Amino acid sequence: MQIEPSSHVPQAVPSDPSVDLNQVRIIIEEFKTLPGAMLPVLHAIQDALGYVPPSVVPLIADELNLSRAEVHGVISFYHHFRQQPAGRHIVQICRAEACQAVGADALAAHAKAALGCDFHGTSSDGQFTLEPVYCLGQCACGPNMQIDDDLHARVSNDKFNRVVRAKRGVQ
Amino acid sequence: MSALNPVVTVYVPRDSTALALGADQVAADITEQARQRGVNIKLIRNGSRGMFWLEPLVEVATAEGRIAYGPVETEDVAGLFDADFLNGGQHRLALGLVEEIPYLKKQERLTFARVGITDPLSLEDYLAHEGYAGLRRALDMSSEAVVQEVLDSGLRGRGGAAFPTGIKWKTVAATQAAQKYIVCNADEGDSGTFSDRMVMEDDPFMLIEGMTIAALAVGASHGYIYVRSEYPHAIAALNHAIVSASNANYLGENILGSHSSFHLEVRKGAGAYICGEETALLESLEGKRGVVRAKPPLPAIEGLFGKPTVINNVISLASVPVILARGAAFYKNYGMGRSLGTLPMQLAGNIRHGGLVEKAFGVTLRELLIDFGGGTASGKPIRAVQVGGPLGPYLPPSLFDTKLDYEAMAAVGGMLGHGGIVVFDDSVDMAKQARYAMEFCASESCGKCTPCRIGSTRGVEVIDKIVAGEPRQAVVQIKLLRDLCDTMVNGSLCAMGSMTPLPVLSALDHFPEDFGDGALNQAA
Repeated sequence: MQIEPSSHVPQAVPSDPSVDLNQVRIIIEEFKTLPGAMLPVLHAIQDALGYVPPSVVPLIADELNLSRAEVHGVISFYHHFRQQPAGRHIVQICRAEACQAVGADALAAHAKAALGCDFHGTSSDGQFTLEPVYCLGQCACGPNMQIDDDLHARVSNDKFNRVVRAKRGVQ
Repeated sequence: MSALNPVVTVYVPRDSTALALGADQVAADITEQARQRGVNIKLIRNGSRGMFWLEPLVEVATAEGRIAYGPVETEDVAGLFDADFLNGGQHRLALGLVEEIPYLKKQERLTFARVGITDPLSLEDYLAHEGYAGLRRALDMSSEAVVQEVLDSGLRGRGGAAFPTGIKWKTVAATQAAQKYIVCNADEGDSGTFSDRMVMEDDPFMLIEGMTIAALAVGASHGYIYVRSEYPHAIAALNHAIVSASNANYLGENILGSHSSFHLEVRKGAGAYICGEETALLESLEGKRGVVRAKPPLPAIEGLFGKPTVINNVISLASVPVILARGAAFYKNYGMGRSLGTLPMQLAGNIRHGGLVEKAFGVTLRELLIDFGGGTASGKPIRAVQVGGPLGPYLPPSLFDTKLDYEAMAAVGGMLGHGGIVVFDDSVDMAKQARYAMEFCASESCGKCTPCRIGSTRGVEVIDKIVAGEPRQAVVQIKLLRDLCDTMVNGSLCAMGSMTPLPVLSALDHFPEDFGDGALNQAA
């Protein structure tokens, strides 16, 4: 039986005009000669674009001489990498035991209610994406949260509200 | 500003816990107040002493020594100037000489000797406080002698498994290869632990020196520090220190004029707990999913990129400079039994005086929890402590006189792990904690082996049935849970699956009342 050549062509990844593939090519070029370049490449792409768009997977696979499945497998394995754009600010609430011992579950519930979204969701105004995190290393002063690069220890509901308001630009 | 005024040195920590409690703003306020008042100060951003309930802890250098004030909030700063704190003046927040604070004074700090004292990013400061004395001595020794020194010190891996560090090094040294690696496992993911983070943020040159000595000992020319992405401040401090060390020829080609070369770089993880397992970490460094490898081959023989690799935890490597500088005999003089030297322990969770306590092995849990920790932060009784991270068991107060030593802890079904101690008061629901342990394993399993991948998901379901079920059903489900745990312990490929049952079974054994009547019946 003759197999149509087209069946060998990998399924096309929908192109995304909002992603600047040239910028991604430059990033890959910069890191691809590192031994074990995959994580440095993915970090650099996410740092630049805010996420790792599905449309860059074939590019990475070609440049690192891997299959798309391998690249996708790595992206989806690690909690840090996201495949969709996030809100303007990333809010991380620690869910680990040390923070649980001082009320992290209640803080998480408050955060969900205040932002109107669940973990991995984004507030309706697109400002905040809420993420769980497993340990920020501030375990003597929980519960802890991080917004973007700013750490906050001993976070009460009031402190959460203040920090979020400040990020919104409302004093 | 008068030129006649002596410059007063003020210290405000840059450790990330201090930052999370507002240290940057306090530092800015102190600078601004000094400017307004025309006082000449030199502000140094030191590391943290590890007394986190006092952070931000501001110190002032006086003729008598460094005087501490804390915890300082931004609204306290003007008052401190009014009280003449620059000359050690009395104030509500005054704590006296920092070295005399009992929490610090009672410690035996070998690895953390410099932490909190120096500016972590200053190579000059590091050198002025015994920094690189270990490397200098190692450069005058044969590589065999360096390995022997580490063997003689009795140092065991501080990451959890407690394997003798010197034996690991000896294996790598004896394996012939054109390329060898030193890998630092800085994926400190255990809840309640922050000693690695403190080393990296508050004394990064010590880790770099330890890795360089390891490289000399085994003949490695390249090293990686794999740091978790949750630690951006640690990554920044290490990168800064690596540049300084390279510029001063403590890293790079022909270190300090010797024939040895060592190149070091930081690699950032991506939020996977399993990458703290050494073989999963190596897979991750190679650019793959962090899936554990079956052993053998040992990483010492076939490690990173298939080459002989020393892979050690941060504290293990950071303990090496003092061992080389002071000698193996000095180090092994601390500790008890087969647990020699010191262990930086971390008091976390619901504890009044949370922080870092470095003591020789042999201190009891009670001394740490009560004498150092001061009991719970909530003021309620301690009901349980989890020692050794999320895979460590929950221990009840009846076991608080256990000495912290690898063998003594194992004898009561406990483990020391990474030295993290998480305290819970009597509001804790132990069935919920047991469920969380299974849920965590289900979320973080690498998926390679069935007992861990599937067992943890079934574990969550069974615990849900126990908690929801009627007593008679609970007895059956508890038997099932114990069976499941047995399968996970004996059938899993690595510690993730084989140790998740520890918190689950310890909760069931020590706190049966939280699992409903069924558990009580069975316990009786």
